[in-house]
Amino acid sequence: MSLPEIEHREHYLNINYGIRSWLLTTDHKRIAWLYLLSVTFFFFIGGLFATFVRLELMTPQGDLVQAETYNKLFTMHGVTMVFFFLIPGIPAVLGNFLVPMMIGARDLAFPRLNLASWYIFILGGAFTLTAAAAGGVDTGWTFYTPYSSIYSNTHVALTVVGVFITGFSSILTGLNFIVTIHKMRAPGMTWFRLPLFIWAHYATSIIFILGTPVIAITLVLVGLERIFRLGIFDPALGGDPVLFQHLFWFYSHPAVYIMVLPAMGVVSELIACFSRKRIFGYTVVAFASLAIAVIGFLVWGHHMFVSGQSVHAGMIFSLLSFLVAIPSAIKVFNWTATLYKGSVSYDAPMLYALGFIGLFTIGGLTGLFLATLGIDVHVHDTYFVVAHFHYIMVGGSVMGYLGGIHFWWPKMTGRTYPESWARLAALTIFIGFHLTFFPQFVLGYIGMPRRYHVYPPEFQVLNVMSTAGASILAVGYLLPLVYLIWSLRYGTVAGANPWGARGLEWQTPSPPPTENFDRTPVVTEGAYAYEKDPEEIYTFRKPAHV
Amino acid sequence: MSKAETFRAHHFNDLEQQHSAAWIGMWVFLATEVMFFGGMFACYTVYRYWYAQAFGSASNHLDVWLGAINTVVLIGSSFTMALAVYNAETGRSKPLIYFLLLTIVLGLAFLGIKFFEYYTKFAEHLVPGSSFQYEGPLARQAEIFFSLYFAMTGMHAVHMIIGIGLLAALVLKARRGRFSALYHTPVELTGLYWHFVDIVWIFLFPLLYLLGRHL
Repeated sequence: MSLPEIEHREHYLNINYGIRSWLLTTDHKRIAWLYLLSVTFFFFIGGLFATFVRLELMTPQGDLVQAETYNKLFTMHGVTMVFFFLIPGIPAVLGNFLVPMMIGARDLAFPRLNLASWYIFILGGAFTLTAAAAGGVDTGWTFYTPYSSIYSNTHVALTVVGVFITGFSSILTGLNFIVTIHKMRAPGMTWFRLPLFIWAHYATSIIFILGTPVIAITLVLVGLERIFRLGIFDPALGGDPVLFQHLFWFYSHPAVYIMVLPAMGVVSELIACFSRKRIFGYTVVAFASLAIAVIGFLVWGHHMFVSGQSVHAGMIFSLLSFLVAIPSAIKVFNWTATLYKGSVSYDAPMLYALGFIGLFTIGGLTGLFLATLGIDVHVHDTYFVVAHFHYIMVGGSVMGYLGGIHFWWPKMTGRTYPESWARLAALTIFIGFHLTFFPQFVLGYIGMPRRYHVYPPEFQVLNVMSTAGASILAVGYLLPLVYLIWSLRYGTVAGANPWGARGLEWQTPSPPPTENFDRTPVVTEGAYAYEKDPEEIYTFRKPAHV
Repeated sequence: MSKAETFRAHHFNDLEQQHSAAWIGMWVFLATEVMFFGGMFACYTVYRYWYAQAFGSASNHLDVWLGAINTVVLIGSSFTMALAVYNAETGRSKPLIYFLLLTIVLGLAFLGIKFFEYYTKFAEHLVPGSSFQYEGPLARQAEIFFSLYFAMTGMHAVHMIIGIGLLAALVLKARRGRFSALYHTPVELTGLYWHFVDIVWIFLFPLLYLLGRHL
C-alpha cells in the first residue's frame, strides 16, 4: 500500500531533521509542537490523579486510599491541570502556532524568548513532578496559608517553586503576543480586521502580564515564610492568612479567564467557518474579550465570601461578579446569532464548538448562583463549586482546545484526521462530561463537601454516576490521542484550505513554510468575509527585504 | 546588504520595526515588574495600616544615613546610565564603556552598603525567625516590619544583581564594537530596566526608613 504523500516541497517540518533542530528551534510553529507534546503529557498525568480520585469516591468508605493520600491526589490533580495544562494549553500551543500566521507575520516578535519560555515551562514542570514523585503535596492547588507555609509536612516548597518558575513562561508568552500583535501585523491587517482569536489572545496576554507576577511574588512570600519563617501570612507571627487569599485570587481568578478566553477565541473561528457567516457583532465580541480581562481583575473577592471578608466588600465583589457575566453572555448570544440562517455543517470541530457553547452556558449560569452571597454561603466548598468550575475549565477550555486542535490539525500536519472517529470522540466527551459533572451539582446542593474521601452512604448513587461518566470521558480523551497520531502517517493530504476558511493562516500551504508566507500578504477585508472569495480578500506581494 | 541589514532579525521588515518591538517589549516587561513588586507593596500597605505604631518604631532601627547615602548612590548610577545611553546613541564607544563601568561600580557600592546594613541587622537579632529579639509588646508586629524589610529590599537587591550582570554583558559587547549609532537597543533597554530598579528604591526608602520615625 502506498501512503498518501504530501507534495514535495520544503516546509517547516522537513526543512531539517534531528533532535537538535527541534530543541534549539526558534520557529513558533515548532515551539507550538514542543508545547503540544508537553501539555498533552501533563494532561494525562493530571488525568491519572483524577482517576484515583474518582475511583476512591465510588464507595462511601475510604477503601482505596487514606485521607492523606487522597489530599495529595486532588492537590496534584489541580496543580497539574491548572498550571501545566489549562493555563498554557490554548495560548502556548494554538496561540503560538496561529498568532503570527493569522496576522501575516513571519514569527513572533521574540523567537528566542519564545523558546526560552518553553524551557522555563519544562523546568517548572520538572520541579512539580519531582515533588509529586517524592511524595506529593496536600495543600490543595490553592496553597492556602498558614497550612502551606507552616503546617503541611509535604513537598510544598518544591511544588511552589515549580509553579513560580512556570509563571515566567506564561509572562514571556503574553509579552511576546502583545508585542507581536502590536508591531507585526501584515499590511492592511488593521485592529478591527483581526480574527477574534487574536483579540482573545490579546486579552489573555494582558492577564498573563498583569496577573502572573502577583502570584509569583505571593508564592515567593509563602516560600520565605516556610523556609526562613518570615511571617507575612502566619497568624502565629502576627500575619494575616486572608491577605494571602486576596493575593492568590487576584491572580487565580483572572487565571480562569486565561483558560477560557482563548477557548472563546477558538470558538469564534469555528462558529464563523462552519456557519459560513461573519460573526454577528464582531466589534462587540472583540471588546467583550477585553471587558472580561479588565472586569475579571476586580472579582477575586467572590472566592472569599466566607473567609471573614467584610459584608460590604462581599456585596461589591458579588456585584462585580455579576457584571463580568455580561460580556460572557454577549459572546454566547452573538455566536448563537451567527448560527441563525447560516449554512451550518457539523464537522468535528463544530461539534466541539457547539458543545462549548452549551457547557460554558451552564458553567457560567451556575457561576451566577455562586456570585450570589446567600447561595454561596450554602454551597461554598461543596461539589456544586467543583461542578461549576469543571463546566468552565473542562466543558469550556478543554472543548475549545480540542475543537481548535482538530480544526487546525490539517494546517499543522498537512493531513486530515478521520472525521467519523473525531465526531464519535466529540460525542463521547460531551456525554461523558455531563454524566461526570452534572451529578456533582446535585451532590453539592444536597451538601456533599469537596475534598473529603469518605461520605455518607446516601451520596453514593450520584458518585457512582460521576465515576461512570469519568470512565466514558477518559475513553473520549484517549480516542483523539490514538487517531491523531494515526493520521500523522495515514491521514489524507489536506491541502492548503480544507475547510474553505477565510483566515489568513489558510492562505498558505499546509504545512506552512518556515517563514509562514512565501510572499507578504496584503489584507483588504475584515475577518470572516465568507461572502467573498479568499482571492478577493488577500493579495500577495514580494517581501520588501529580499 | 546595507550595514543596517546585518542587525535585522529575519522576521522583521526593517530595523525601525525591530527597534520599536524591543522597546514595547521592555515596557510590557516593566509592567510585569510593577505588578511583581506591587504584591509586596500591597502587603506593606495593609500591615502599615494595621500596625502603624509598631512600624514607626521599628523603622527607627534602620540606619537612615546609610539608606540616604544609598539613595544618592543609586540616583548617581541612574545618571551615569543615562550618560551611557546618550553615548551609545551618538555612537561613542569609549565613553559608553566608561559610563557602563561607572554604573556597575555604583551598583556594587549600593549592594555593599546594603549588605553591611543586613549584617548589622543580623548582629542586632533583627532578622525574623527564631533568633529575632525585640523589646516591648509590639515585637510580633515589628517582626512583620522586618520580614517585609528583608523581602522587599532583598528582592530589590536581586534585581540590582541581575542589572549588574546585564551591564557587564553590555561592557563585553561594547568592547567588541557591537554597538553603534545605528544599533544600540540593548543599551537603551538595560537603561530602562536600571532606571526602573532605581525607582523601586525611591519608593522603598521613604516607606521603610522615613515614614513614622518620630513615633
